Amino acid sequence: MTDHDDHDHSRTFQPDHPEPTSDAALVGLALRELLIEGGHYTADEEQAVIASMQGASPENGGKIVARAWTDPEYKQRLLHNGADSIKELGFELEPYEFTVMENTEHVHNVIVCTLCSCYPRALLGMSPAWYKSGSYRSRVVREPRSVLAEFGVELSDDIDVRVHDSTAELRYMVLPQRPDGTDDWSEEDLAALITRDSLIGTQRDLIPR
Amino acid sequence: MNEPLFSVGQRVRIADRTPPVHHRVPSYAKGQIGIVERVCGMHAEPEKCIRGDGKPFQRIYRVRIPQSTLWEPYKGTDGDKLEIEIFEHWLEAAE
Repeated sequence: MTDHDDHDHSRTFQPDHPEPTSDAALVGLALRELLIEGGHYTADEEQAVIASMQGASPENGGKIVARAWTDPEYKQRLLHNGADSIKELGFELEPYEFTVMENTEHVHNVIVCTLCSCYPRALLGMSPAWYKSGSYRSRVVREPRSVLAEFGVELSDDIDVRVHDSTAELRYMVLPQRPDGTDDWSEEDLAALITRDSLIGTQRDLIPR
Repeated sequence: MNEPLFSVGQRVRIADRTPPVHHRVPSYAKGQIGIVERVCGMHAEPEKCIRGDGKPFQRIYRVRIPQSTLWEPYKGTDGDKLEIEIFEHWLEAAE
């Protein structure tokens, strides 16, 4: 008797979800069954990954940004090697290369994945629905200034736009500019300023409350 | 780790081809010329993975392409750039 007889894998996979009906979902479930049966990973390991992704949120990005704002040496490490430097704060995004792009007075960065919807999910949580939309993915590469304006980001001609297409094994986060008037703020208060959209680049200015 | 074939600042051309397997080069970037913005690490490369070939690891580069050469017409400035990750076997040195 194998240990496969005493439980049902389908019951360990997000049991609150409705039963899948589409062909693609059924193929996905069948593939998952085969991978588990073949011993490539266990249902428990899968649950642990899902739980860890559900615990991720833009607040993690806020902590990273606030540290970079308050510690210039940390900022250099973050920009040079994001994957290693976030481990200093207890985060991890293996096996991806975590790549942080710094906004400056004359540069604005925005992130997209034109081929699918790659996003540093294990760090920042689920991406917004519009990030996965065909409209955002196709338009932000071709007409970034128009798309950004629709998000309320009006860029003058002395600011260069850099669109980062996340096509392979890198994952991106924008390092927004620190707002004026926050010189004496604590790292914790600074972290609370950071929004999800500012980490993607569809928001530029962070407003101190 | 293999030594990188290309270095930061070098002009490179992205191949214009369409293999009949999953690959990570969007059609708008095929045939385009840019400069190497950064040399990244070695990663499992999907075209080889899907065929079960050995040694699927390939170097990734970030390539910077001026938006004004990608799109015609482009509404923006000459300073606007697109940066994209490309596996090494999709690149060749350009003049």
